Amino acid sequence: MLYEFDTSFSGYAMNLIACHECDLVHKITPVPKGSAARCVRCGAVLFRARPDSVDRTLAFTLAGLVLFVVACSFPFLAMKNAGIVQETALLTGVYNLYEQKLPGLATLVLLTCVLVPLAQMLILLYIMIPLKQNRPSRYAIPAFRIFLHLQPWGMMEVFLLGILVALVKLGKMATIVPGLAVIAFGILIFVLAAAFSALDPHLVWERLERKP
Amino acid sequence: MNPGGMTAKQLGLVSCHDCHLLSRRQHPESGQTPFCPRCGSALHLRKPNSIMRTWALIIAAFIVYIPANVLPMTFTSSLGSTQSDTIMSGVIYFLLHGSPEIAIVIFVASIFIPLLKLIVMSYLLVSVQRKSKWRPRDRTQLYQITHAIGRWSMVDIYVVTILVALVKLGFFADIEAGPAAVFFASVVVISIFAADSFDPRLIWDALEEKHE
Repeated sequence: MLYEFDTSFSGYAMNLIACHECDLVHKITPVPKGSAARCVRCGAVLFRARPDSVDRTLAFTLAGLVLFVVACSFPFLAMKNAGIVQETALLTGVYNLYEQKLPGLATLVLLTCVLVPLAQMLILLYIMIPLKQNRPSRYAIPAFRIFLHLQPWGMMEVFLLGILVALVKLGKMATIVPGLAVIAFGILIFVLAAAFSALDPHLVWERLERKP
Repeated sequence: MNPGGMTAKQLGLVSCHDCHLLSRRQHPESGQTPFCPRCGSALHLRKPNSIMRTWALIIAAFIVYIPANVLPMTFTSSLGSTQSDTIMSGVIYFLLHGSPEIAIVIFVASIFIPLLKLIVMSYLLVSVQRKSKWRPRDRTQLYQITHAIGRWSMVDIYVVTILVALVKLGFFADIEAGPAAVFFASVVVISIFAADSFDPRLIWDALEEKHE
C-alpha cells in the first residue's frame, strides 16, 4: 500500500495506520466484506471489515448479559454418588477456595471468569447504546480504554475446558449432572466471542472523536 | 529503506498503544509527556523499558515455576487417608489409569506451554538485544502465538476450582487446593504481563538501524 505523506503536517493522521507489530505505516483503505487488511511486511492483521458493527455488537452483548444472569443464578454442576447429591453454582468453587485460605486464587478465578466478562459487557452497552443514537456518552473514551485493557483477562473459554477436564476426571467415580447454568455458560462464550469479533475498535474511536 | 514503505518512527510519528492513532512525535526537549490527542493515553515510541521489564518478569516467572511444580497442587482425602498430588504426579496418574487424553491436556497446558512460553520469550529478548536480523517475520509470528496461547495454562487452576466445589463428601472424599496452585497461577499471570510488556517492533528496529 502506498501513501502520500505531507511533511508540513503537524497534528495527526487519520488516514494512516502503523502496524502494531512492526511499525510500518500503511494507508487505510476500505477492505471488502469478510476480509482483513494485513501488514505487507510482517503479516499482522491491521484491521478487518466488520459490517453493521454497532448493531451486531449491541445485539450479541445484550444476549450475553441475559445468558450471564442465567449462568450465575441456576445450578451449575451436580455430582451424584451413592445417594448423595452435591450441587454447585458457578461461584461455589470461588467461595470454597476463599474458605481454604486461598483468597488470591479465589479472586483470580472470580475476576477472569465472572467480573472481567461482566465489566466488558457493561462497558460495551455503555458505549454502544449512546453511539447508536449518535450522542457519545461522557466517559466513553476512558471506558473503552479500560475495555481494551481488560481484553486479555477474560478467560471464560479456558474455564469451559476446565469443566470438560473435571468432568472426565470425576466421571469414573460419580455421575455428573450438568445444570442449566453450564449450558448458558457454554453458549455465553460463543455469544461473547461473536460480540467481540463484531466490534470494530477503529470505528468506535472515530465516532467517539466526533464531538456532537 | 524497506520495500514499500517507512515506519512511523522514521516518519517522526508515534502510534497510540490504545487507539492506534498516528500523531506527530514531540521533541524530547519539550520536557512534557505527550498524550494521544484522541484517547488521552500516554504516548511512547516503543513500550517503555520493554526489554528490562520483560526480563524481570520472565526471571520471576522462572523462579515461581519451580515451587509450582514441586509442591502439591491438590490434597485428596478419602476414607481417612490423605494423598497429595503435584502437577506431574497427576499427569502420570491419568496416563496409567486409562485417561491419556486428560494426561495430555494437563501436561500441555500446565507444564509444556508455560515453560515453552518462558523459553520463547527469553529467546526473543536475546535476539532483540543482539540486534539479530534473522527472519523477523517468523519471530513476530512466534511472539503472536506465544502471546495467544499463554491464557490456556489457566485450565488447571479452573479444574482445581471445580473439583474443590464438587467433591465435598466429608469423610468419604474431599479435595483441597494445595500451595502449588497459588504459585502456578502466579506463573501464568506473570507470563501474561511479560508478554504484554514486550514490544515486537523492537525486532524490526534492528533492520532499520543500518540504513540510518
